[in-house]
Amino acid sequence: MSDHSYVLQGTTGDWEIVVGMEVHAQVASRSKLFSGSATEYGAEPNTQVSLVDAAMPGMLPVINAYCVEQAVRTGLGLNAQINKYSRFDRKNYFYPDLPQGYQISQFQFPIVGEGEIECERDDGSLFTVGIERLHLEQDAGKSIHDLDPNATYVDLNRSGVALMEIVSRPHIRTPDEAAAYMKTLRTIVRYLGTCGGDMEKGQMRADVNVSICRPGQYEKFRADGDFKHLGTRCEIKNVNSMRFIQQAIEYEARRQIDLVEEGGTVQQQTRLFDANKGVTRSMRSKEEAHDYRYFPCPDLLPLEIPQARIDEIKAELPELPADKRKRFVNELGLSEYDASVLAADKDRADYFEVVAAGHDAKIAANWVNNELFGRLNKEDLGITESPVSAGQLGKLVDLISTDVISGKIAKDVFEILWDEGGDPAEIVEKRGLKQVTDTGAIESVVDQLIAENPEQVTSIEKNPRALGWFVGQVMKAMQGKANPKAVNDILRQKLGL
Amino acid sequence: MSVTEDDVRRIARLARIAEPSDRLAALTGELNGILDWIEQLNEVDVEGVEPMTTPVKFPLPQREDAVTDGGIRDKVLANAPSSEEGFFVVPKSVE
Repeated sequence: MSDHSYVLQGTTGDWEIVVGMEVHAQVASRSKLFSGSATEYGAEPNTQVSLVDAAMPGMLPVINAYCVEQAVRTGLGLNAQINKYSRFDRKNYFYPDLPQGYQISQFQFPIVGEGEIECERDDGSLFTVGIERLHLEQDAGKSIHDLDPNATYVDLNRSGVALMEIVSRPHIRTPDEAAAYMKTLRTIVRYLGTCGGDMEKGQMRADVNVSICRPGQYEKFRADGDFKHLGTRCEIKNVNSMRFIQQAIEYEARRQIDLVEEGGTVQQQTRLFDANKGVTRSMRSKEEAHDYRYFPCPDLLPLEIPQARIDEIKAELPELPADKRKRFVNELGLSEYDASVLAADKDRADYFEVVAAGHDAKIAANWVNNELFGRLNKEDLGITESPVSAGQLGKLVDLISTDVISGKIAKDVFEILWDEGGDPAEIVEKRGLKQVTDTGAIESVVDQLIAENPEQVTSIEKNPRALGWFVGQVMKAMQGKANPKAVNDILRQKLGL
Repeated sequence: MSVTEDDVRRIARLARIAEPSDRLAALTGELNGILDWIEQLNEVDVEGVEPMTTPVKFPLPQREDAVTDGGIRDKVLANAPSSEEGFFVVPKSVE
């Protein structure tokens, strides 16, 4: 742990931070959780609103079976307990974007209980974050405050869209780990197809709970589970990018340390992150959490899921990123780095698997991660928009692994595939790009070079590292088609190195 | 169980109804009367009985994930005291 600790210096000594997160992930469903209105993003205001969503008197909610299944799928993806019995409660609060006056949520009996996921830090090391629960709830509408100085404009299109609130244990210790946890969650829900994971569209948003403590206190908390070892937490609401999550935690930790060291105490409260100024500010006091006056929603019966249905969903689960990463390392022999880059995105992983199928997996990983991703990034394209198909790249990998072409020529062939398409083997054949492994041909070029460049030969005796110049000249003379290893061997032999 | 005048004031605030300052004492008395009456339920022995949230004994009705509603903006906005360009317009609510 100590290698990854985040210690902040204060005037009274060192401080550490403890972070827990509540992530709202929008269920990727066509219609809302309790009504048949559409969920599509970006529609004209209030066009995707039914009388249920607008909370007209007498309207009753009917649950969307698909949303229930997605919550179960996600729970299974979080290695969590699925609760066969769960129930909906009303969480009471007044806000113009919540016309019911309450949010239908799950308080006492959530659909998913305890789980845990393995996350990866930037340096490739792993850490585990406990999941406390996942519950289903309705999203609220959207308030727009800047259209009029004296009025708020309300759009209820989002009102009633299904959310999965995923609550973590406070097992996150650094701003980087918080971002890593969020990335891992996003990867999991995207693999499962239960949430689009697009943070810019608000499909995933995080509430971040931050507290500070002295070194050693967190370990006591982990030993006995008693929150008294930790500081009072503040909740930063609705943070919507990885970078903002990190910035908000950094700012909030420093704010709490300064406050405590000046003799103040941290008040439990809800804060907002102001991305323009990089600061958090108080939103409302949350001392009285029981103000929500939760009670069972009388409009909805308890939700009971048969074990058989849970088993069916489990059987349909795709391979999850952590398992895929391990398989790439153990079975395909990839480096940890290559494996985790590829497994981090399902589309990338799928593409890679086609390239690697029946071909050299290491060369395939190298080409997908470096040449292809590099080029795609440059052109601002996604993997699904790649002009070079996985099948084409697989054939190219074969030509490299069987020494038909050199890596350098392969780059030229890749460019041709990118611009013109075609079959790699045909391109190599037609354009005469086959690698020359015929030592006789290489030898004659080397002999000629040595004869023509006596000064270089003398200098290489003093400085054997100047060999590169000769390699370059041979390659140039042979239009890059010479086998680099053969060139090196012959040069060393002829120059007596 | 009983409530104080402060509790009643707080409940009113949470429910967004005007603080009934002139009737506070009377309301507190009435609410306590109701609570006393419900208190009688404590006489029933419920040892070992599962709490019941519904008397209905069939499973939660569920629907398919299909778009079957919405697209009725005029109806949705019909009762709004104020609306503009398809939005509800309410007094400024930013915190």
